[in-house]
Amino acid sequence: MTSIGTGYDLSNSVFSPDGRNFQVEYAVKAVENGGTAIGIRCKDGVVLAVEKIITSKLLKPGANKRIATVDRHVGIVSAGLVPDGRHFVSRARDEASSWRGVYKGPIPTSALANRLGGYVQAYTLYSSVRPFGVTSIVGGWDSEAELAVDGQVGQGPQSGAGGKVEGAKAGGPGLYMIEPSGLYWGYYGAATGKGRQAAKAELEKLDLSSEKLSLLDGVKEAARIIYVAHEDSKDKDFELEMTWISSVDGPTKGRHEEVPQDIREEAEKAARRALDEEEEEEDKGQGEQMEE
Amino acid sequence: MNHFPGTWGRPRDDVYGAYNPSYLQTTGPKTHTSSPAVTGTSVVGVKFNGGVALATDNLASYGSLARFTDVKRLRIFGDKAVVGFGGDVSDMQYIDRLLESIDIRENYSSHGNMLNAKNLHTYLAKVFYKRRSEFNPLWNHILVAGFDGEGKPFLSSADLLGTTFSAPHLATGFGAHLAVPILRRLFPDEMPIENVSREDAVNALKQCLKVLYYRDARSLDKYSIAVITEEGIDLKEDEQLENQSWAFAERIKGYGAQTV
Repeated sequence: MTSIGTGYDLSNSVFSPDGRNFQVEYAVKAVENGGTAIGIRCKDGVVLAVEKIITSKLLKPGANKRIATVDRHVGIVSAGLVPDGRHFVSRARDEASSWRGVYKGPIPTSALANRLGGYVQAYTLYSSVRPFGVTSIVGGWDSEAELAVDGQVGQGPQSGAGGKVEGAKAGGPGLYMIEPSGLYWGYYGAATGKGRQAAKAELEKLDLSSEKLSLLDGVKEAARIIYVAHEDSKDKDFELEMTWISSVDGPTKGRHEEVPQDIREEAEKAARRALDEEEEEEDKGQGEQMEE
Repeated sequence: MNHFPGTWGRPRDDVYGAYNPSYLQTTGPKTHTSSPAVTGTSVVGVKFNGGVALATDNLASYGSLARFTDVKRLRIFGDKAVVGFGGDVSDMQYIDRLLESIDIRENYSSHGNMLNAKNLHTYLAKVFYKRRSEFNPLWNHILVAGFDGEGKPFLSSADLLGTTFSAPHLATGFGAHLAVPILRRLFPDEMPIENVSREDAVNALKQCLKVLYYRDARSLDKYSIAVITEEGIDLKEDEQLENQSWAFAERIKGYGAQTV
């Protein structure tokens, strides 16, 4: 890096003469070493998946979850420093609960992403703190059905003033990715961590912007993409952790839950099969070249 | 002509004396709820073989006015516990939100909400006791129904003072006077709950609600009933009391425009 040793990388809140905040860029480096995490926004839900590298054989399989639930309808997965991710989730839960305190209902995914973006950005402004060493993917489903206000006991007027507009469309899937700078965008498919380049290439092939991919297909694709992204660090064992949020009439009823074991294992099996087939084709291709 | 607009239209100091501004003070002694405002009446519950049934009517009264007639006073917590609320409706809403936030927090762990009805009852009784010790009570009398840690049917009450009480059948409010004797006759002390079927329990609750509707002036013939079993909760919130007979009313004397 050109400006290393020139003093502008020692403190947060100090710009380098060419307008960069090096502390933030170093935080991004921390993220680039983390296990790959992805999110896919499907037409009837959102899938989150993470490649959990097994750092020790003494760790219990399936324990130490990396995808966290916020309120009931939002999930967060981070790549980078795990403790930073935990603190980030804790803040997200506080925001969701304070939203309920004021508005007596669940926080929309977009509003949560906005507040978390603001929170992360504040950690780029002061010399006394360091930026977050995580890039987080926030996925959620905002209810398309009309929700009761928290604590509501009755119905209110059935006709006349206070009646509702018929057929108004509301809610749907939300997927956001928040970077150490505080920058956040909404995505159809998001990837971060070590294997993000491979994962992004695979996500782009899915044509997510046409919003045709179903949640169940999304689960299969997510598993496959994590397996593809793991190819570059094949020497290490990993666990696939996967959660989903479906529409209110879908399998999770609008809640963020772990993908059931049978569906996950089936998706993993399909992912391994797809990888093997790819390898075989490559070998075949090479064989033909040799013949020529 | 008085040229100070601030005094126009006000009582003249020379006639009425200077205005005493202490009436306008916004500060003062801290005040607490000392009586409920909008209230729900009885909650009735019965344990049966393999579960618990709980019922309330759908009325919230404002004093003696039947103000809200579609109020849901049975609240589900988790997937195997129900709380039935009598007393102040706004305090019920506060507790409902409190339970909602607890349910959300419990679901953050990977094993989900593990709190059973017994845990919930202990917790709520402590909330009531804390609030009454601050002289700011939550004005409710509740029944908690579901299962205890061993999977046995659980039914217990807690009131605004933090008092707790358990029995195979319970009722709050007016029901404590009118429904409990009926339930004691139907299900005597020596009768084990294994001998009580689900139908017996539900029919007993309906009978109690009917008697309460006859004699409790703050009640309604629309009611909610929840049956909690190992399979889950069957909650019906828009039921109507059937086979009412007001024939007995003719024989009641001592009130109204009676000439005898």
